[in-house]
Amino acid sequence: MINQVSEIQSIRSLKLVVKFLTISIFTLFCNSDVNATSIEKVEHTENSGHESHKEEKFQPGKMIMEHIADAHDWHLWGEGQESVTIPLPVILYTESKGLTTFISSKFEHGHASFEGFSLNEEGTVIWEDESNEEAIYDLSISKNVLQLFIGVIFLMFIVIRMARHYGKRVGKSPKGGYHLIEPLILFIRDDIAKPSIGGKTDRFMPLLLTIFFFIFTLNLFGLIPIFPGGANVTGNIAITMVLAVIVFVTVNIHGNKYYWKHIFLPDVPVWMYIIIIPIELLGVFLRPFVLMLRLFANITAGHIIILGFFSLIFIFGAMKPGLGYAVSPLSVAFTVFMSVLELLVAFLQAFVFTLLSAIYIGMATEEHH
Amino acid sequence: MSLLNTILEATDLAAAYSKMGAAIGAGLAAIGAGLGIGRIGGSAMESIARQPESLGDIRANMIVAAALVEGAVFFAIVVCLLILFL
Repeated sequence: MINQVSEIQSIRSLKLVVKFLTISIFTLFCNSDVNATSIEKVEHTENSGHESHKEEKFQPGKMIMEHIADAHDWHLWGEGQESVTIPLPVILYTESKGLTTFISSKFEHGHASFEGFSLNEEGTVIWEDESNEEAIYDLSISKNVLQLFIGVIFLMFIVIRMARHYGKRVGKSPKGGYHLIEPLILFIRDDIAKPSIGGKTDRFMPLLLTIFFFIFTLNLFGLIPIFPGGANVTGNIAITMVLAVIVFVTVNIHGNKYYWKHIFLPDVPVWMYIIIIPIELLGVFLRPFVLMLRLFANITAGHIIILGFFSLIFIFGAMKPGLGYAVSPLSVAFTVFMSVLELLVAFLQAFVFTLLSAIYIGMATEEHH
Repeated sequence: MSLLNTILEATDLAAAYSKMGAAIGAGLAAIGAGLGIGRIGGSAMESIARQPESLGDIRANMIVAAALVEGAVFFAIVVCLLILFL
């Protein structure tokens, strides 16, 4: 009997997950002009100091950054001139030209310019006429946005079918593959949400489930080497920022008066107010900021390590072809080990993000003891 | 100090030294992570040995604490990355 009730509540939570997913997609679409390409810088100025016997020396820094960063096309395989890529639509808004849309193959990998726009070295769209100071709002479907859509559509497919499946079999156990996901959902409700939030867990379960499955699914998609996976979505600081902002907004909207009292009128002697209140206020902003940074850094660092092990093969191969072959079993073994670790990290980071969000929400909504 | 400044300005080594600083910072961050998570793991092992039936609780809390310590370490890593690439 109790299992029936809990299952029905899980189904309702699952249906509300869809609403939060739609909101996440829209917020991310508007934020896509803030991308991680502004953080990286191409390393070839330093590498050109080495003695280069060939024309194109292998530049591991550049290769790693290309795989980590966002781009206007999806690179499948190949190098340089014979690289096979999927071109993606470029959508730009400027005050003078309005909304401009075209396919990114017009840029010809950065060599050509189109309608006054061109790509700079880092992959950002700039004016061809460099003196133009007008702002370009980049709303394109870039690699990360497309990966986001793929991941979210996959997740919604599973979740909506699951909700319908449970609805048709009230009181009975589910069939087949749903046995994989049900323990996860119950784990989040019983071991993460209930101990932290207490009485009001069902109100926040849709948000926590969304956060967990969103991060977990997109982390896993980032580990798949080839299309339709492989874009480093959760390693994009804009996306983790949106997740952190959602948690920040939820915590502060649902903060009851004891929460605000803790911050502004704490239970200490009056002369300590001047010390405690700035620290508490800083904490309000710092906690979601650290959430954002933790997820971003973990996932990006994992990808950089895996790519670094792969680039060992090419670095040794550039010295002597035989060395490249010799080091490749070792490199592949290390990469497999790191990928297994990354699987663990994918789950763990989703778990920690959800756990900390639940703890912060619990702190905001707890009753006076 | 002024000798250091003169050398840096004359030979344009400032960029190289900043990268060295970033690399040393990343190494120190790794030491911090190792120490922190090592202590967490160690005390977790001891408490499991004292009370084997609380294995599940201790394991979950150990992982949470390790993730929080790693969060602080990644602060340092991100600062080093910013030095290298900005």
